[in-house]
Amino acid sequence: MSAGHPEHGDPRVAFEAAKLGLWTFLATEVLLFGALFTAYTVFRLKYPALFHAEHLKLNRVLGAVNTVVLITSSLMVVLGVDAIKRGKARLFEACFGATILLAAVFLCVKYVEYTAKFHHGIYPRTNLFFSIYFMLTGLHGIHVLLGMGVLSYVILLSRRGRLSAGYYTPAEMSGLYWHFVDLVWIYLFPLFYLIG
Amino acid sequence: MEKAHGSGYGIYIAVWGGLLILTGATVGVSYIDLGIFNVVVALLIASAKASLVALFFMHLKYENKLVWTFALVPIFFLVLIIGGTLSDTLFR
Repeated sequence: MSAGHPEHGDPRVAFEAAKLGLWTFLATEVLLFGALFTAYTVFRLKYPALFHAEHLKLNRVLGAVNTVVLITSSLMVVLGVDAIKRGKARLFEACFGATILLAAVFLCVKYVEYTAKFHHGIYPRTNLFFSIYFMLTGLHGIHVLLGMGVLSYVILLSRRGRLSAGYYTPAEMSGLYWHFVDLVWIYLFPLFYLIG
Repeated sequence: MEKAHGSGYGIYIAVWGGLLILTGATVGVSYIDLGIFNVVVALLIASAKASLVALFFMHLKYENKLVWTFALVPIFFLVLIIGGTLSDTLFR
């Protein structure tokens, strides 16, 4: 980072402080999802037969497609942050725009999966497996939706010329949050779709 | 500071390729019946993918000890919560 805004103090210190704040927020997120992962572990060990039978009702291919979609969206974020670090605002906006598009694809696939389940009479109240499945994937879906909002806002900041090679904190921070959303799915996919 | 962050998107695309290969591997293994090892392999691959994302996409590889502490402490608490809960529910 180059020097830039001496009136705001040392920008590098501000950047490091923002990063620690974001990681602290991610810590609370780990524990939020962690409570539900604990419920998953407890009930999976208690009812292995139920979990095995029910997990076969999930569409493994759609789950895998969504995994590829989210991993690619994370690549777009990291390429976008790399672009703005080099001062390429238009490239940054294109990358973050691609991330939002991929997030929309993810939610569309999720919508198809949910409606197929409802069509077969499977709801959150059906059994313990689907209670936890809908709760965890639903909470994750809300995070994807919020992430789309945050990334749109950062693109708007860039459109207004507020981001540069000297100041790209919002891009880096929203990116860290997006990678976390990707991380959660990396565990959700095998836990629900693959092992039973 | 820029150089220290290991810029250049070649490494990012390599990590992305690695993540895709690991995704293919975990889906492929799930079609083979390995008993309890299906769970072990799936969790190992998921953790390998999570490490790749955290180290390279989240730049943890280039971060100082303070950021590492902030990243690892919640994992420690997560293990504590799951372990503590299981120490109760498994032995009732």
